[in-house]
Amino acid sequence: MAQEEIDKAVSGEYTLGFEIDVETDVVPPGLNDDVIRFISKKKEEPEWMTELRLKAYHKWLKMEEPHWAHLHYDPIDYNSISYYAAPKTGGPESLDEVDPKILAAYEKLGISLEEQKQLAGVKVAVDAVVDSVSVKTTYQEELQKHGVIFCSISEAIRDYPELIQKYMFSVVPMTDNFFAALNSAVFTDGTFVYIPKGVRCPMELSTYFRINALNTGQFERTLIVADEGSYVSYNEGCSAPMRDENQLHAAVVELVAMKDAEIKYSTIQNWYPGDENGKGGIYNFVTKRGLCKGDNSKISWTQVETGSAITWKYPSCILKGDNSVGEFYSVAVTTLAQQADTGTKMIHLGKNTSSTIISKGISAMKGQNTYRGLVKVGANADGARNYSECDSLLIGDQCGAHTFPYLESKDTKGQIEHEATTSKISDEQLFYLRQRCINEEDAVSMIVHGFCKEVFSQLPMEYAVEAKALLELTLEGSVG
Amino acid sequence: MSNNKNEKVLEIKDVHAKIGNKEILKGLSLDLEPGKVHAIMGPNGAGKSTLSKTIVGHYDVEMSGGDIIYKGKSIKDWEPEERALEGIFLSFQHPVEIPGVNNAYFLRTAVNAKRKHEGKEELNAAEFLREMKKYLELLGMKSDMISRSLNEGFSGGEKKRNEILQMMMLEPDVIILDEIDSGLDIDALRAVSEGINRMKDGKRSFLVITHYSRILDYIEPDYIHVLKDGKVIKTAGPELVAQLEEHGYDAIEE
Repeated sequence: MAQEEIDKAVSGEYTLGFEIDVETDVVPPGLNDDVIRFISKKKEEPEWMTELRLKAYHKWLKMEEPHWAHLHYDPIDYNSISYYAAPKTGGPESLDEVDPKILAAYEKLGISLEEQKQLAGVKVAVDAVVDSVSVKTTYQEELQKHGVIFCSISEAIRDYPELIQKYMFSVVPMTDNFFAALNSAVFTDGTFVYIPKGVRCPMELSTYFRINALNTGQFERTLIVADEGSYVSYNEGCSAPMRDENQLHAAVVELVAMKDAEIKYSTIQNWYPGDENGKGGIYNFVTKRGLCKGDNSKISWTQVETGSAITWKYPSCILKGDNSVGEFYSVAVTTLAQQADTGTKMIHLGKNTSSTIISKGISAMKGQNTYRGLVKVGANADGARNYSECDSLLIGDQCGAHTFPYLESKDTKGQIEHEATTSKISDEQLFYLRQRCINEEDAVSMIVHGFCKEVFSQLPMEYAVEAKALLELTLEGSVG
Repeated sequence: MSNNKNEKVLEIKDVHAKIGNKEILKGLSLDLEPGKVHAIMGPNGAGKSTLSKTIVGHYDVEMSGGDIIYKGKSIKDWEPEERALEGIFLSFQHPVEIPGVNNAYFLRTAVNAKRKHEGKEELNAAEFLREMKKYLELLGMKSDMISRSLNEGFSGGEKKRNEILQMMMLEPDVIILDEIDSGLDIDALRAVSEGINRMKDGKRSFLVITHYSRILDYIEPDYIHVLKDGKVIKTAGPELVAQLEEHGYDAIEE
């Protein structure tokens, strides 16, 4: 089959590349103590937070950008980035105060901020973040009835300082890595969730991030704490306008699951990927880590990554509590000239802990996809078990897939299984479907969906639908 | 065989075809009549599978000469799915496994693509499942065939029955069966043959490609074509089978 046809089939147009035309408050590019104080002041933060930010900044200055990942990009000039941008009308109390242009933009993204309108008939509470500010959090009152806190991280710092001081930086320390340190200094918004003891969160929680302003970075920070015996399913989505220059996104997500608690964290990442020559697109350097702190706790990461020019991301679980469970389900797509270095770390510390890793990498056109995973079993982690399965699917012959699994085991009784496959969408599979009346575009889509099935089945229903549609957009487009 | 033009559904005219740099079909001509069963027999390497691939437009095959006329139109430049939509079906010798693709979902997509092409109403999930269950029973297939992934982990017999299931639901006009009997035990062979025989309606044509004559005990052929070195060297009635069994292909004179 002709290569152009396949390329055409896999270079779906980025449909979320519009810009919201609202006035923004932007701080001039560059980073110094004053900028950090400015951000902290804009957020009306207490002095202790300002000090923590400055501490992180000074540590970051002494750190080096990591280059061990299988990624190639021009050096990032951290002084050409603006570290704060806010829609001028930001910080509304009710939906009426939200700039209608922002509401319209979210409608365009398929996200309703009006509480009456529900995604696919299911209640989903949404926190919407544009550039550096949370513009609207829905269903707050109903959640409060159950004692669930779901608000922007800025509000949480003001309103729940004891929870923030206890848990922020407890899973991802301030100086954990270069990008986490930068985030700790300049994080602008993000979401805070607290589920009290024994509460099953009554609805899906969701945050939608959008980078809009020019030459800005987005540095959100999310913290989710599930207290004993609680359950929460949280979803995040993201997009950005199409721009010729690269934009930096360096987020941190921390999850804490106490005894018998469960957190399910799903991501649909669709930042602008840049063009087929590698021009433009988001540089996505994200640190995500969950701590299964109590016995019998469970943290599950599910991610569908289709966007960004560069992805550097390893959602991980520290399995500290006995019998705790960590899961990682991932679909990462790289097409055009995208590069992804992604995977997970499962750190087994408690007894009888178990983890599952299912990673599906899809590469097309000039996309480069790397799985990097670490399974570490500590000396006291008797009975630890891990199952890893890393599959790569290649579409065309200019793309690449790479797998770097690392195993470290101090416990000889642990059981670690690893399976890896690389397959090409075979001409035989495509031909078989075409001989059965299915056109080429639908045939590619069917094979890719089949490949991703194990991961999609982990997503909440309405997000699985979104993920499927997104995959179709990314990989298909215009065969005909 | 009749020379009346109206009685040919598929005309293969002096076809030359290559796989890679090797010419496999060297001026092959063959006409299929509506409602008839044509058996293609021949030794290994004669070009039997290449012939089936050429008719359905497989990527591996490059046609370097001749033409293929289907229902009066040249189809040699048609896409594989166009040929399928117009009613040409190939039961594959080795059906490929497609992990994660639900068998029923796949087949419903295929059936509805064809129905849409024919201007018919598409079948909804319930209607489709009712139809599918009917055929599963007929072919002696387990109902988990609905939810399993397409051909994944199927036994040889299950794969072949699944091909016949697809054939029955797609209702094609020309059916090519490439070594349908290979790897089948006697029960599977019976079920598969019964499925094929049910499809005979006096209009549909069959091209049964086989190395052994066993299948022809179950599906009675109207014509036997002997293929050797990329050409049809002899066409005769079913009585030729016995002769081939006794004397082998070498005894056939061009």
